[in-house]
Amino acid sequence: MSVDHWRYFASAIRAEESTMSELDIHTVSLNLKEPLGVIGQIIPWNFPLLMLSWKLPPALATGNCVILKPAEQTPSTATLLMEKIADVFPPGVVNILHGFGPEAGKPLASHSGIDKVAFTGETTTGQLIMQYASKNLNPVTMELGGKSPNIFFNSVMDAGDAFLDKAIEGAVLFAFNQGEVCTCPSRLLVQEDIYDAFMARVIERTEAIIQDNPYDVNTMVGAQASNDQYEKILSYLEIGREEGAKVLTGGAACHLDGDLANGFYIQPTILEGHNKMRVFQEEIFGPVVAVTKFKDEAEALEIANDTLYGLGAGVWSRDAHQLYQISRAIKAGRVWVNCYHVHPAHAPFRGYKKSGFGRETHLMMMNHYRQTKNMLISYDKNKLGFF
Amino acid sequence: MNYTRVAITEAATSILDQLKAKYGDLIFHQSGGCCDGSSPMVFEEGEMYLYESDILLGQLDGINYYMNQDQFDYWKHTHLTVDVTEGRGASFSLEIPLGVRFIIRSRLLTPEENSELNN
Repeated sequence: MSVDHWRYFASAIRAEESTMSELDIHTVSLNLKEPLGVIGQIIPWNFPLLMLSWKLPPALATGNCVILKPAEQTPSTATLLMEKIADVFPPGVVNILHGFGPEAGKPLASHSGIDKVAFTGETTTGQLIMQYASKNLNPVTMELGGKSPNIFFNSVMDAGDAFLDKAIEGAVLFAFNQGEVCTCPSRLLVQEDIYDAFMARVIERTEAIIQDNPYDVNTMVGAQASNDQYEKILSYLEIGREEGAKVLTGGAACHLDGDLANGFYIQPTILEGHNKMRVFQEEIFGPVVAVTKFKDEAEALEIANDTLYGLGAGVWSRDAHQLYQISRAIKAGRVWVNCYHVHPAHAPFRGYKKSGFGRETHLMMMNHYRQTKNMLISYDKNKLGFF
Repeated sequence: MNYTRVAITEAATSILDQLKAKYGDLIFHQSGGCCDGSSPMVFEEGEMYLYESDILLGQLDGINYYMNQDQFDYWKHTHLTVDVTEGRGASFSLEIPLGVRFIIRSRLLTPEENSELNN
């Protein structure tokens, strides 16, 4: 998957041509794309190789040099990759900078020698990076997370077929990568007339998740990435209960034996409640989904859009009109229609609202790393006639 | 009664004292969003531009605690306690090089607290 993003941008830049317009009989306008210069990239820890592969290739393909800072939780991936491929690049073109945020990330983001910063992370840091960029009048792109609604209309249960099976899996994808995904479908919205039957299937599938050693190929959910994530998720389970959310399954740490005894394992958890609860509004970044029911399309949309964020969303239905109209009305940059967590190259991905801006994993990202040189050429031998 | 929206544990205060000795005046800003978000972040005072959209929730150990208005609307019925736990972070929060992370523990406001603070 990561390799495909490298191949995609390597091909996209070769297939590209500049544009030319003949403005009048003597005047030609050439639009040439030029690199911005030096790009600072700050990537997160949840998918260390994939996040690097979303950010580096479009910046390099468009002729920039890059200073990339991996997250301090996962510093090894970028270094190991560069040990393998460093000799492909001329010296100085790709630079990996390690260090803690205040000591390495902030100096990178605020340095006057940087021409643009691309960031994936959280809102306050995003705000600071934009502030530093304003000092240098630099462009930025950012992805700041979400609280993505995954909406299931009643027609998904019209038949007990492969599609229903796919829909149930789609609801359980909240536990994918231990929920440490920016687009985690962490709000589950189910139409009220199928709610009980649908949720019985979702709970059954969630309880069948194999939670074990992440190095075991049969494991579906491993440990959280760090102690502080583990503690943060547990504190959300606590406030969820206090606010009156009902635990449909999970709801606690998961204690495994042997070498895994002190691992940061959290049981895949389904909390039932309403959209004003904090567990419906904040990014928990764990295998935790908050579920609520809706009666009709209007209520589904009202709940789906009642969030600060707009990164991802899922719409599941057998009704073609519903699939289109609901998807258009959701304020999110990526709406998965009858699927979820698919991330192919050539489908642009990024947020609306407080989830950020910029469009990665698509050739339109190349223009976020470039500026346009317009050459306006006169083939007229005669003067303007002013002086 | 003077109720508060925010509090801090002794362990977190001791980390904060170390940071104050090193950096001087500080602020807390509550982050939303993914990765290192949903966490309180501590910065040198003046590091982050604050606007009318940043709500002052209270003072902890002499340090102002802010949250964005939009986020506050969803959080204001809860009481927040800043604690600290071991961890590595990638944000710009100043405690991270010490190998610890500030973390929020929450509870609902009591009806008395709620009627004084939110009316």
